[in-house]
Amino acid sequence: MGREAGGALNTKKVFQAQGLTKVYTMGAVQVHALRGVDLDLYEGELVVLLGPSGSGKSTLLNILGGLDTATAGEVTYRDHNLTSAADNELTEYRRQHVGFVFQFYNLIPSLTARENVAVVTEIASTPMKPEDALAIVGLGDRLDHFPAQLSGGEQQRVAIARAIAKNPMVLLCDEPTGALDSATGVVVLEALERVNRELGTTTVIITHNADIAGMADRVIHLSNGLISDIRANETKKAPHELHW
Amino acid sequence: MKTLDRKLLRDLWKMKGQALAIALVIASGVATYVLLISTMNSLTQTRERFYQEYAFADVFGSLKRAPEGLRTRISEIPGVAQVETRVSAEVKLQVTGFPEPVTARIVSVPDFGSPLLNRPYLRRGRMVAPWRDDEAVVSEAFAEAHRLGPGDAIGAVINGRWKKLRIVGIALSPEFVLQVRPGALSPDYKRYAILWMGRHGLGVANNMDGAFNDLSLTLTAGAHPDDVITRLDAILAKYGGLGAYARKDQMSHRFLTEEFRQLQRSADIFPAIFIGVAAFLLNVVVTRTISTQRDQIAVIKAFGYHNWDIGLHYMKLVALIVILGIAAGLGIGAWLGRGLGNIYMEFYRFPYLNYEVQPSVAAKSAAINLLAALSGALLAVRRAVNLPPAEAMRPEPPAEFKKTFMERLVPQRILSQPTRIIMRNIERRPVKALLSVIGISMACAIMVAGRFSKDAVDYMVEIQFRQTQREDMTVTFVEPTSRKAVYEMKRVPGVEHAEVFRSVPVVMRFGHRSYRTSIRGVEPGAGLHLLLNEQLRVITPPRGGILLTDYFRTILGVHPGDLLTVEALEGNRPVLQVPVAGMINQFIGLMGYMDLDALNRLMKEGSAISGVYIAVDSLRRPEIYRRLVEMPRVAGTLVREDEIRNFYETQAEALLFFTMVATVLAATIAFGVVYNSARIALSERGRELASLRVLGYTRGEISYIFMGELGFLTLAAIPVGFLVGKGISVYIAKALESDLYRVPVMIDSWTYSFAAAVVALSACISGLIVRHRLDHLDLVAVLKTRE
Ligand SMILES: Nc1ncnc2c1ncn2[C@@H]1O[C@H](COP(=O)(O)OP(=O)(O)O)[C@@H](O)[C@H]1O
Ligand SMILES: [Mg+2]
Repeated sequence: MGREAGGALNTKKVFQAQGLTKVYTMGAVQVHALRGVDLDLYEGELVVLLGPSGSGKSTLLNILGGLDTATAGEVTYRDHNLTSAADNELTEYRRQHVGFVFQFYNLIPSLTARENVAVVTEIASTPMKPEDALAIVGLGDRLDHFPAQLSGGEQQRVAIARAIAKNPMVLLCDEPTGALDSATGVVVLEALERVNRELGTTTVIITHNADIAGMADRVIHLSNGLISDIRANETKKAPHELHW
Repeated sequence: MKTLDRKLLRDLWKMKGQALAIALVIASGVATYVLLISTMNSLTQTRERFYQEYAFADVFGSLKRAPEGLRTRISEIPGVAQVETRVSAEVKLQVTGFPEPVTARIVSVPDFGSPLLNRPYLRRGRMVAPWRDDEAVVSEAFAEAHRLGPGDAIGAVINGRWKKLRIVGIALSPEFVLQVRPGALSPDYKRYAILWMGRHGLGVANNMDGAFNDLSLTLTAGAHPDDVITRLDAILAKYGGLGAYARKDQMSHRFLTEEFRQLQRSADIFPAIFIGVAAFLLNVVVTRTISTQRDQIAVIKAFGYHNWDIGLHYMKLVALIVILGIAAGLGIGAWLGRGLGNIYMEFYRFPYLNYEVQPSVAAKSAAINLLAALSGALLAVRRAVNLPPAEAMRPEPPAEFKKTFMERLVPQRILSQPTRIIMRNIERRPVKALLSVIGISMACAIMVAGRFSKDAVDYMVEIQFRQTQREDMTVTFVEPTSRKAVYEMKRVPGVEHAEVFRSVPVVMRFGHRSYRTSIRGVEPGAGLHLLLNEQLRVITPPRGGILLTDYFRTILGVHPGDLLTVEALEGNRPVLQVPVAGMINQFIGLMGYMDLDALNRLMKEGSAISGVYIAVDSLRRPEIYRRLVEMPRVAGTLVREDEIRNFYETQAEALLFFTMVATVLAATIAFGVVYNSARIALSERGRELASLRVLGYTRGEISYIFMGELGFLTLAAIPVGFLVGKGISVYIAKALESDLYRVPVMIDSWTYSFAAAVVALSACISGLIVRHRLDHLDLVAVLKTRE
């Protein structure tokens, strides 16, 4: 997978979204989480999605990942139309193409690190070995630890290993460092950066922390359900150069 | 192994306490079902085989006397396959070292060859030798009771003549699987025997040489017993026929059938209760498990697992618990079934018991339980499966609380804060609280229903044997006798009081229905054998009418004021119209009662009596027994105390067995429901309770909040359980009532207390187990973990 240096973009579009709208209805109240988002994401790029709490970042990510569906508008992943997809097709899409990382790791407490990864590799078509995925995130020596025996940063790296182990085309991370201190956060971000660089996985990282934006190819600002700014970084910083 | 399956096993291990409690409930249900049905099936199959191999007849009849030549006419009745005539006699026996009155039914067997029908199964020794009139084969139960065997001798008074009989064999018969004396409700192996003697010898002794007084026959395929019986009765009427009856009315067969019916009925009810409770518990536990695993489900779905993968995952969890329960239940059920089978074999005399748990019974029980449990869990699983993954990731919204109905009723200051928390919790989930109450109440109901038959027996004995039959002994005569016989009785030293009665075998007809029974003529002002009306007040038959057992309302549809047709089967066999004067309360058997003089007049027979009720000086019993045996006209003597003792003794073991089983089962349910509720409450409210502890509440106070709710539900469940238990008892009693006996539903207060105690105790034990965990709540850990 060819990549041009210096933030120049591959032109192959992975996601195309037009006029994405999401309205949550809670009784009489309607919450407009997305108000018409147009967005293209390209193959192999690392995008940071920035915005204040409640701006609609998670909603957008969930729709891209096939966890949720839009109220209006259209989104396609390569040649799959996600807007019109049935629940079964979305499941299949997630199974084959998407890896998720969540703020609270969401590991299965009754399974070891290796088994948490194996849960995903068992149903993927071209997975790596769980041990290899854990080695990538630097946890080759923690295979048989249960989540309760791992630190927050380690748990999140297991979550990343789990997300990448199926060799997904896209990696969607919702505030992966949100529950971590900055030193641990850097380790986690390094793991993500390495996956993006070495495997060429299109990666979206949500954060409300502007400092993290430095490691992105592109930074997308979301506010109040709309994209307020898209900016390409001239030079990407390595995670260890970031401070917050 | 799939990784998810590994998760499953670990989850299961973590909830092992709850899983075990549920598995126990399921095991109880399966075990009960297997126990009841396998015992019933095994007994039924054994009975069928015995009947077939030993040629149990289809129709039976007895009569006064008919020449052997009549046999041909009977065999020509359309539908009759084989006919066998016999000589049969009721005799008094004398057993060395046993001074009490013993009676026996002697049945003839052909001198050559074996009987065509109702063939004895020879357990030991041999059949009687041809032409011998001093040899007899004895029924096994009687022989065992007196330790008699081939070579021993017994005395018999046959047709008034004393005779010494040598026992040559011990046998069983399809005709006497349950060996009860006519009119008795339970077998008495010591005082009632079946004997087989050669036809010639017995015939000569009874003036039946070349004649018979008993017959049985089999039917051709497709023949209707009723048609045959009608024709048979017509032929036998001239010879003093006492009304033929089909196999279904044969005593031993009837008793067995009734017992099977009771087993079947219990098998319909009790396992269903367990299944219901198990399904409820599974639903609750799975709902809770799923709600604690919401985020796990979400993440698994996010990574592309299908809904049915998730569904299957939780269903497997349920299936494991259920299968564990089923396996244990099958084992326990088979084990208990063997035990129950052996208890039954004490009084059902089969050559062997083929006990087995039929694969179909096991399969059916397993399938029903699995299905019910899975559908109980399915509701919970479906909700989890259908949760959109994005939503599942968020924690469940906090529960909504309101001021409760109860709080609005009761002034605020009366209720402490903990009490208010308890009430809000109950009212917040009224359905769950209600189901918990129902679940616990089932435990109580099982206890009540499991012990109700014991109370019923106590009540029957009280009414039947203590309030109505106050006579110490009932002496019956060989034939209707002159009233003067009573003076002979009164002269026996130790006889303090005597009252006479006349008993006439009859067929009662009303509308198109008829019933074969007897009418008893009694004297006014009787003090020994009393009749009670439906209000349990003493009543005497009026001169111009008949009193009937209340169950005749059901059997014949007669009511007081109706005109009943009575066809006597004795003497000149008059057919009479008698007005029904009233109904009497009687639990055992069906009978009519008339004034003695009125009955004598209707029978056109002068003042004849059939027997005497006597009250005796109990110190002189042995002497009285001896005198009674010696009196030629005395056919037999029934001793009330023996009847009561038998009644209890024959039932005691089975009763104890069922009470024990019911107690264990009830405790299982109570424990299962309370333990699970407690564990779930702990998991749901651990944080809340820990927070209260952090705020300074004592262990005692949070225990009160926590246990108070369960205590309240348990207390509420107990009276509900009483009602349900009584309802089940009524249902069983109703289903079992027949002309043989009616079981009154009188539940003793002790039974209620015992049921409540078992439930409360099981609840306390499970509460204490959980409280132990509550006391050791790790405050910091609980507050740190994210729900
Ligand atoms: N399931 C939901 N029901 C109702 N409102 C929701 C739901 N999910 C998100 N919202 C609302 O939509 C808006 C956007 O939420 P979200 O995408 O989670 O924001 P962010 O991730 O940027 O913090 C917020 O106002 C949030 O309250
Ligand atoms: Mg968010």
